[in-house]
Amino acid sequence: MLLKIENLQAQIDEKQILKGLNLEINAGEVHAIMGPNGAGKSTLASVLAGKDSYEVTDGLVNFDDHDLLDLSPEERARKGLFLAFQYPVEIPGVSNKLFMQTAVNAVREEQGLPALDMFDFDEYAKDKIALLDMHPDLLERSVNVGFSGGEKKRNDIFQMALLQPKLCILDETDSGLDIDALRLVANGINSLRSAERSFIVVTHYQRLLDYIKPDFVHVLYDGKIIKSGGFELAHELEANGYDEIIKQHQQA
Amino acid sequence: MLDEKNITSSGSSETQYQEINDLLDKNQHYKEGFFTSTHVETFEKGLNEAVVRAISAKKNEPEWMLAFRLKAFKHWQTLDEPHWAKAEYTPLDYQDYSYYSAPTCGSCDTEEGSGSEQEIDPEVAKAFAELGVPIMGEDANIAVDAIFDSVSVSTNKREDLSKLGIIFCSFSEAVQDYPELVQKYMGTVVPYHDNYFAALNSAVASDGTFVYIPENVHCPIDLSTYFRINEAKTGQFERTILVADKGSYVSYLEGCSAPVRDTYQLHAAVVEVIVMDDAEVKYSTVQNWYSGTDDGEGGILNFVTKRGICEGKNAKLSWTQAETGSAITWKYPSCILKGDNSIGEFYSVALTNRRQQADTGTKMIHIGKNTRSTIISKGISAGFSDNTYRGMVKILPSAEGARNFTQCDSMLIGDQCGAHTFPYIEVENATAQVEHEATTSRIGEDQLFYCKQRGIREEDAISMIVNGFCKEVFSELPLEFAQEAEELLAISLEGSVG
Ligand SMILES: Nc1ncnc2c1ncn2[C@@H]1O[C@H](COP(=O)(O)OP(=O)(O)OP(=O)(O)O)[C@@H](O)[C@H]1O
Ligand SMILES: [Mg+2]
Repeated sequence: MLLKIENLQAQIDEKQILKGLNLEINAGEVHAIMGPNGAGKSTLASVLAGKDSYEVTDGLVNFDDHDLLDLSPEERARKGLFLAFQYPVEIPGVSNKLFMQTAVNAVREEQGLPALDMFDFDEYAKDKIALLDMHPDLLERSVNVGFSGGEKKRNDIFQMALLQPKLCILDETDSGLDIDALRLVANGINSLRSAERSFIVVTHYQRLLDYIKPDFVHVLYDGKIIKSGGFELAHELEANGYDEIIKQHQQA
Repeated sequence: MLDEKNITSSGSSETQYQEINDLLDKNQHYKEGFFTSTHVETFEKGLNEAVVRAISAKKNEPEWMLAFRLKAFKHWQTLDEPHWAKAEYTPLDYQDYSYYSAPTCGSCDTEEGSGSEQEIDPEVAKAFAELGVPIMGEDANIAVDAIFDSVSVSTNKREDLSKLGIIFCSFSEAVQDYPELVQKYMGTVVPYHDNYFAALNSAVASDGTFVYIPENVHCPIDLSTYFRINEAKTGQFERTILVADKGSYVSYLEGCSAPVRDTYQLHAAVVEVIVMDDAEVKYSTVQNWYSGTDDGEGGILNFVTKRGICEGKNAKLSWTQAETGSAITWKYPSCILKGDNSIGEFYSVALTNRRQQADTGTKMIHIGKNTRSTIISKGISAGFSDNTYRGMVKILPSAEGARNFTQCDSMLIGDQCGAHTFPYIEVENATAQVEHEATTSRIGEDQLFYCKQRGIREEDAISMIVNGFCKEVFSELPLEFAQEAEELLAISLEGSVG
């Protein structure tokens, strides 16, 4: 098992957001997480990535035989956990290329591989640029500065392709993408699928899921997973919304 | 157009940035902080007319130089120490400093003076070697004047340069060898009565560099001066004059450091730059004076008057500075744009950490027609420090069509530090255009988390973000200097030994 979350509880500014969340993910699986606004989806992603404004109050998370909650954010990243942000951050003055070269070399260091210099990196990045049809200009520009919303998302997936993580967490990567970009991003994700790599895809819409066909769909509500199913659950949600499922959950 | 005066200020209260602060606190390593033990001649502490005369006598100065010193000293005695800058220090006891200190080379044959490449004290040579300063001319692309406490100990590549008619020597030598040039220019841009520290400098000036680039000569290599304060309780009062005659070009660099000391040391320099018609001067400084302890004990008081005049038409003067050291920095490299179409530029990065205080900026005085000036200032404050930009843009009635662009960005790291901006704008000609932009940002937790999520260590992330913030300024520095500045920033931020 690549990721096992047991009874995860977390709070921010004294407000409990995750209230005993359980989730198991095997290598190679794609899990979609859906749920209404404010349910705690981004919180889950942030807690897994180790953002320190969140306090984990209870629970266990095992990631690839490591106690995940024991690791610093950069250690988690180096061990193969990747988060594509709902709102990618801008870093003025730092070129996207330098940023990604530094990141790739950080992961390579962890794997005992030699660092890539600028030339090696250019070579390595080439087909990833093609895969996401990135404008070459975007590599020279400052990280996400002046990028359109869609370009930022695409840039995050480009980073994911470069870093070759074991677990990819995508937080609403599909929102704000035009139809062509959505297909490119979906292609990017599909081309990274492998028997060793797993995905958590947070989304509000079925469109992305139609492209990537998740193995499981979960509904996150009020800090817990209240329903899990196969791809068909996504269709059901798209048709009926969350009301029915939430009601059932509250009655139980 | 903006208000005449616009003040922004931001400080902060709580400690959600404790982690970053802890990281910054680790910076206790100042690798230039060693002390060189050698034979020195140091004057008794104290300052009076006899001391001023003794300094002059020590340097065998002509009468006119002594007269200049005495005039300045008399005036200085009538002045009060200024405390208007946004930097607090207890009034200095000027009697508690020594005003002359020079290595006397025991193992050298000749005792007479300094300057030539053979007679440098081996201990002093070792110190400069350790600092990476190529005083023996080992770097083909740069000529170096090395100043150790009160005297210049070595000026290399002089002969090569003199073939082009370029004068590059210590200030003391210039007083002996080129008295008419020194008399012609000294005090013309920064008069002895300009301010308290300029007056003090004029009275007790130790050494400095003198540069003259003749008409239509493009100086083929960078000229540089490295200042080293070594003795405790010694002030350094260097005096530098740089003259670029018509149609000439020179790039001049300045670096500095001092040993770790537990009391304040005073550095009060005066720099005068004169740029004639169609000439260009690039003046770059990387300032890394010892900045004191975490509790604000010791460090250099860097009270400097730097000013240049674009005398002739199409003259251009650029000041670029990376200020990372000193306990207190009080420094406003300025341009008087007198010649028509002349250009003044100021590019500055000032980083303060721990208890450092920096009050720095520039003055652009537009006199000639179509004069242009650009000010790009990047202030970074961390720890418990205070970082102030203070700048003046003055457009006189004669400056038809003058333009200024000012951009002034502050970055806060942590929440115990302060960033302040005091731009003063005076426009007396309606055809002038003045633009001012200012931003204040904090190294965001979000930015740091984004970097860390990509596997990048916190200290690497901080230095990457800070260097990115300073990019526009560093790109103005000569390549090697830019690298040094980036490294200095990283060291000042990380606390790792370089
Ligand atoms: N600093 C904070 N203090 C208090 N509550 C917070 C804080 N930050 C987030 N929250 C709350 O936590 C809850 C979960 O937020 P989260 O971003 O995880 O939701 P989400 O499921 O990702 O929603 P969306 O679909 O809108 O992206 C929300 O109610 C939000 O208001
Ligand atoms: Mg969200």
